Amino acid sequence: MDLLRFITCGSVDDGKSTLIGRLLYDSDSVSLDVLAALENRPAVHGGVDLALLTDGLRAEREQGITIDVAHKYFTTPRRKFIITDAPGHVQYTRNMVTGASNADLAIVLVDARQGVIEQTRRHTLIAALLGIRHFVLAVNKMDLVDNDQATFERIVADYATVTGKLRVPEAVAIPLSALRGDNVVRRAPAALSWYAGPSLLEHLENVDVAVDASADEPRFQVQYVIRPQTEALPDYRGYAGRVQSGVYRRGDRVRVLPSGRETEIEALEINQQDVEAAVAPQAVIIRLRDDVDVSRGDAIIVADSKTTAARAFEATLCWMSEQPLLPGQKFLLQHHSALVKASVSALLSKTSVETLTRSAAESAQLNDIVRVRLKTAAPLVADPYRQNRATGSFILLDEQTGATLAAGMVEATE
Amino acid sequence: MSSLPSLDYLDRLEAEAIHILREVAGQFERPALLFSGGKDSIVLVHLALKAFRPGRFPFPLVHVDTGHNFPEVLEFRDRLAAELGEKLVVRSVEDTIHRQRLRDATGKFPSRNQLQTYTLLEVIEEFSFDACIGGARRDEEKARAKERIFSIRDEFGQWDPKRQRPELWNIYNGRIQPGENVRVFPISNWTELDVWRYIQREAITLPPIYFGHSRTCVVLPSGQLLGLSEHLHLDADDEIVERQVRFRTVGDATCTAAVESSAATIDDIIADLLLAKVSERGATRLDDNISEAGMEDRKRNGYF
Repeated sequence: MDLLRFITCGSVDDGKSTLIGRLLYDSDSVSLDVLAALENRPAVHGGVDLALLTDGLRAEREQGITIDVAHKYFTTPRRKFIITDAPGHVQYTRNMVTGASNADLAIVLVDARQGVIEQTRRHTLIAALLGIRHFVLAVNKMDLVDNDQATFERIVADYATVTGKLRVPEAVAIPLSALRGDNVVRRAPAALSWYAGPSLLEHLENVDVAVDASADEPRFQVQYVIRPQTEALPDYRGYAGRVQSGVYRRGDRVRVLPSGRETEIEALEINQQDVEAAVAPQAVIIRLRDDVDVSRGDAIIVADSKTTAARAFEATLCWMSEQPLLPGQKFLLQHHSALVKASVSALLSKTSVETLTRSAAESAQLNDIVRVRLKTAAPLVADPYRQNRATGSFILLDEQTGATLAAGMVEATE
Repeated sequence: MSSLPSLDYLDRLEAEAIHILREVAGQFERPALLFSGGKDSIVLVHLALKAFRPGRFPFPLVHVDTGHNFPEVLEFRDRLAAELGEKLVVRSVEDTIHRQRLRDATGKFPSRNQLQTYTLLEVIEEFSFDACIGGARRDEEKARAKERIFSIRDEFGQWDPKRQRPELWNIYNGRIQPGENVRVFPISNWTELDVWRYIQREAITLPPIYFGHSRTCVVLPSGQLLGLSEHLHLDADDEIVERQVRFRTVGDATCTAAVESSAATIDDIIADLLLAKVSERGATRLDDNISEAGMEDRKRNGYF
């Protein structure tokens, strides 16, 4: 059984919470006591209000909105699913970025009566920017447009112009009604007889999101150095970390960056067992043949890789702070286990989420997406995000408070 | 060329949790692992073995003893810590009540669940812990569904859902200011079923109360069964019965109900669970049912 992480995006009234509620409810993932708690609360439209299954905090229940990213889980015989429910309204776009950063697939929800709106473009842009390759356009509330095929097809065509501009590799459109349950878990041959495709759940169970790890360049970053210093193991030094991408094998010639020292993998350990090979995202311990100086944040890459450590980058930032970003500002940059000082030396452009075009930028405000030039105080092993989601991603932190200010994606190293 | 390992969903959840534990070790100076003796914290210890052996754990195990714990669980706790050769810190709610002149829990089923928070904050201060690892899962409860993996708390341990940091990719930002600390939840993305399947796959030993056994219980008005203990204040007309039961969670003996079950093995428990129609907390926790925002309020006040 494998794992699919997906994000649901849509605006407040698209019925997103109802859709998730319906997925959980119809796949028998809701327990009786949780249902009983729901039934104690009046539903707006009569019956059980499925949206309440995802509204967790008191303020959300009071205002009938979703404030924060919530996670829901369900399992079918085919897959375990992790749903990240990101709020739809504009001021919480940073949560959508957060959710998309960990998802393999995005469900973009539109109201059949309204079709593609600015939010739809914004959400698709953010999801595509964060490297999601699989999209589902869930055209909800089909029952309110008399399940009209022409309406559905017009929305699909509109959406194709959005995905085309963003070079989204896969977008599957499904007409449905979350409130009635049509095409969510069960197909709706009576209501939507003209639609021959899968229900939403059928698609989620079958969509192939696997990546071929052996095709990726091997990347590994040290998280923690294990040194037991016991009588039995006086000289043991193990470099603990996660295989970020690709495959490592015992005997591989490797180079430690930024020092540049070359050596060989003497042993790969998982759970105190020696293994021949380790693949992303396994957590391993690497032991090296020679006594080289390696510490947290250092990268161990294969020796024949052309990659070097860089200190200047072009990157896209999703700005998440109320304080604007201005050129020349200094930050801490966290690149997984590496933490270095950094400065934004120039703002190059801003991407409009309405028109999906770029224009000149002098500053960035909350929720802006900007292209910048960055310098770091120490070299990092980073790849363009398009090629490597693991090593191409970083965050910017406020040096004083530690607050996370921006999500960053490497475009190019200089 | 050797063939590549293929990873299933438990492998992925395990790799994520180990990665998180190692981030704690790499980012913090004085972390701790909160160990209750319950299955989730036992799984955390198992994951810590995978993350850090052949080295020692970079943190002690910390147990907040409410004084209402099941004796079988305390025995299990002491034996496990001794077998592993890892440091165990136990601090008791009883002592905190005396020291801080708190009012002890009262009533028929006195729960010290709320009082645990005081002891937890005391032990954090005593050892200057900057990160506390806990076994909470997002599927347990809806306020927990909104919790980050690295959850920043102020010096009073308070959780502010609106002040949470966005958590991007698997980059965990544990940068804090003096006085603040971080609660870390490595198995956030696991469900109750995932935990049991992992326990099965890894053949992890659990305290015996998780398996079906005969126990003298009080029948609550809700029909739930509560194991008889010296901490309960029973009335003469309370119905006392002898039943085959097991526990789905292990908290205070005064507020953790048993479920009727003769499940003798982990396979039986998983089969039970696949049929179960009541959630883990709903079936067993008397404290969450008090109000719809029960957990949210406790978290805001420093509970994990």
